Amino acid sequence: MKTKSNLERVLAAGQFAVTSELGPPQSADPEVIRRKAKILKGHVDAFNVTDGQTAVVRMASWAACLIAREEGLEDPIVQMTCRDRNRIALQMDILGIAALGINNMLCLTGDHQKFGNHPTAKGVYDLDSIQLVKMVKDMRDEKKFQCGEEMAVEPRLFIGAAENPFADPFEFRVPRLAKKVAAGADFIQTQIIYNVDKFTEWMKMVRDKGLHEKVKILAGVAPIKSVGAAKYMKTRVPGMDVPDSIITRLQGVPKEQVSKEGIKLCIDIINQVREIEGVAGIHLMAIEWEEAVPEIVEAAGLLPRPKFVP
Amino acid sequence: MLAVQIKPEEEILPLISEKGLFIFECLGCREVYYPTEIAAKFINNLKAEIVGRVSLDYLCNREFVSEYIKAYANKIKKAQVILVSSCGVGVQVVSSLLENKIVYTCCDTLYLNGFQGLIAQEFNCDQCGECYMNYSGGLCPIALCAKQLLNGPCGGSQGGKCEVDPDVSCVWQQIVDRLGKLGRLDILERLGPPKNWTVSPPS
Repeated sequence: MKTKSNLERVLAAGQFAVTSELGPPQSADPEVIRRKAKILKGHVDAFNVTDGQTAVVRMASWAACLIAREEGLEDPIVQMTCRDRNRIALQMDILGIAALGINNMLCLTGDHQKFGNHPTAKGVYDLDSIQLVKMVKDMRDEKKFQCGEEMAVEPRLFIGAAENPFADPFEFRVPRLAKKVAAGADFIQTQIIYNVDKFTEWMKMVRDKGLHEKVKILAGVAPIKSVGAAKYMKTRVPGMDVPDSIITRLQGVPKEQVSKEGIKLCIDIINQVREIEGVAGIHLMAIEWEEAVPEIVEAAGLLPRPKFVP
Repeated sequence: MLAVQIKPEEEILPLISEKGLFIFECLGCREVYYPTEIAAKFINNLKAEIVGRVSLDYLCNREFVSEYIKAYANKIKKAQVILVSSCGVGVQVVSSLLENKIVYTCCDTLYLNGFQGLIAQEFNCDQCGECYMNYSGGLCPIALCAKQLLNGPCGGSQGGKCEVDPDVSCVWQQIVDRLGKLGRLDILERLGPPKNWTVSPPS
């Protein structure tokens, strides 16, 4: 094993992995994290805490990870974006999270500051996500900083990256995934999947390049709470692909049943992506709806979660 | 003002070795410092077969360059690679006019204080000092990508547009399109390393 990561062990054992997102609060309130951690505990192999998602100021990912851990929730995945940190700050944070005993990190470029609540901020983007993956890999495996200098104790992090099978240009999404793999990604968490046909096509391209044997791919899934949310994602969220059939399905049930149908839909998608060769697990993004996670994981037949003692 | 300098040989030679070269050299405008002697020495020392070479002023003038391209059409047709020795704008003009050719530059463009000259507005060179366009199909992601990604496109490119502004084209879509047409998507497999930003103009 490269790290002490529970996620790495679950994946190495060939178990179908379950990770979930935990959204940190827009305040200094630790209770929000504690409440969500209690919900997720026992239902996931690892959990991501987002890093200023949609460029809105929220509690730091690493801090929320530690609070969740105090509630017994394992195994934190710190998300880290290049939007707010240059290579100096990134490396300092990488050393810090590893020293705190965090085993996983997801490398992201980050949502553009224009979309958030501080749109006049200066974006950093000193590195991009692929360069960040490579930098963490060199720190871990070569004990080298980006400048080439050596360090005494390396950060042993299981390295994640994201990929969006639904963005354009479609034909270049898999070659770009290959770059992330070449840079050193150990696992991939995808954008939320609603268009299973397109995801299936993308996975075929992934297998054609043999990438599923080099990197563990976790399919991104998320329940939808309302018809309005589905329409919003379809039209307003860049890089999301919500087919009309999804909206029609949600419209086909009485209003008070929509959120239930959204959960059913999520379970259906899990069952479909699970059948696709090369999908190593799911990443559940129940945004501000962590309560839905236990029900989904159980109904999808993914309990109990395997236990590994690192 | 801006200054042009010849890139290190180890960056250029692997791109053009042995191949038939057609060279555009811009002797500059009043606002650009162009290292005439160093450039001439660099070009004359190239071991590659040179099928044609043209030196002109104002390579940023699209109409003007179009006429040259017509006049040298036969030689350009024979070329495997077009090498441009000019500021970043000249490179973009040539690559946009010769979309069926791979266009490389042997120059970096640096920012100097003062009047920036009459450079064509539809082309974008940030004078960043470390020209990336040899790895991006003659289009500049430093000037044209909202996140200045060197390994794009990000996950927000949709329908050829940038997520940050739907009125703006996604330059990485254009890069993929252009290199795809040339059958040279392999160029994008390279992992673009972290950039040296110290030579960029102050922002």
